[in-house]
Amino acid sequence: MSKAPTAARSGLLACEVCRLVSHAPPPGSDAYCPRCGAMLHMRKPASLARTWAFLIAAIILYVPANTLPIMDTSSLFGTQSDTILSGVAFLWTSGSFVLASLVFFASVMVPLVKMIALAVLAGSVQMRSVAHPRTRTRLYRIIEFAGRWSMLDIYVVTILVALVQVSTFASIHAGPGAAAFGAVVVLTMFAAASFDPRLIWDIQEKES
Amino acid sequence: MSSPTFVACLECDLLHRQTQLPSGGEARCTRCGALLYRHAPPDANERALALALTACILFVVANVYPIVGLEVQGTHTSSTLFGAVESLWDDEARTVAVLVFFTTIFVPAAELIGLTWVLVTLRQGARGRGAVAILHFIESVKPWGMVEVFLLGVLVSLVKLAHIAIVEPGVALFSFGALMAFIAAAAAAFDPDAAWKQLETIR
Repeated sequence: MSKAPTAARSGLLACEVCRLVSHAPPPGSDAYCPRCGAMLHMRKPASLARTWAFLIAAIILYVPANTLPIMDTSSLFGTQSDTILSGVAFLWTSGSFVLASLVFFASVMVPLVKMIALAVLAGSVQMRSVAHPRTRTRLYRIIEFAGRWSMLDIYVVTILVALVQVSTFASIHAGPGAAAFGAVVVLTMFAAASFDPRLIWDIQEKES
Repeated sequence: MSSPTFVACLECDLLHRQTQLPSGGEARCTRCGALLYRHAPPDANERALALALTACILFVVANVYPIVGLEVQGTHTSSTLFGAVESLWDDEARTVAVLVFFTTIFVPAAELIGLTWVLVTLRQGARGRGAVAILHFIESVKPWGMVEVFLLGVLVSLVKLAHIAIVEPGVALFSFGALMAFIAAAAAAFDPDAAWKQLETIR
């Protein structure tokens, strides 16, 4: 494992857009892909700093996202505010167990697990961990893929607001929690995109 | 200057020599298991174009017709996707409205139109205006097209509404289902490497 033939060791680097492998420029100078003209980077720029910045912002917004109502329903019987969790509880008590589990998984578990996973990934690289590089790379691949599904609740609110606002028996309005929740999803997606999994392997090379 | 026979893993930087894959095969990184490249048939981008064109038509249908209708005590309401974005905007939920517009209308539309344009011009052996910029743009917005998540969201809201009213799935709901499948198929069929190589020779 010690002297793995990486692109960096061979003085080469891959374009992140068209994947063409070309010669790395001298350090400190800007380089562009000879085929597609995209800017080339050995590693994603300021990867750890950016990941942490987006991640911390997401963690802060996770609190209002879960405590503030994502929608308010007003009808003849009064007004009711729903948070993400009470929406899940409503689905569960009304007998839609599959749907309740689905929404719980997409809106509560995915963002939470994603934030923890990103913290573990960024933290382990920062502490120069050499443990389980393959598993950590796989973890990164999974959270990068799964993050988008958290948008589910935003779309549910969208449809409910559109359909119930115009009718007379009740009206549904989007609450402040919806914007916070949307921001959490966007910020965790930015955080995942900023993280460079190649950093996990760079440490492997240096320590061995 | 460049060494086109090499491919570097974008997840662990390991360098591999590119080989000919069997039909339907895919190459994975020997160290971290990330997908490196897939076997692409010679007519890959022809197929991608056919699928993308179909998706363009479905996109129009999905946006013109209402997604769901609701009937309560004889009153009927329905909404298109853009109508739903508008009601969020009017409801002072502007951030959310922009987010929904961006992920379900703007990005899928830009991706489909851009891909179709690039593939049509490549097919004619010409270098379409802005082809490189369009391919760069498609690559950067790709994670933000969320048609499949939106579709699931509609289904969840249908179940929620079914408790209080009679719900009628609209034409656009089925169109969105088909659109999701065709976007995925077009993206899977598209061979960016062949497109980049072709663009390089035209220049």
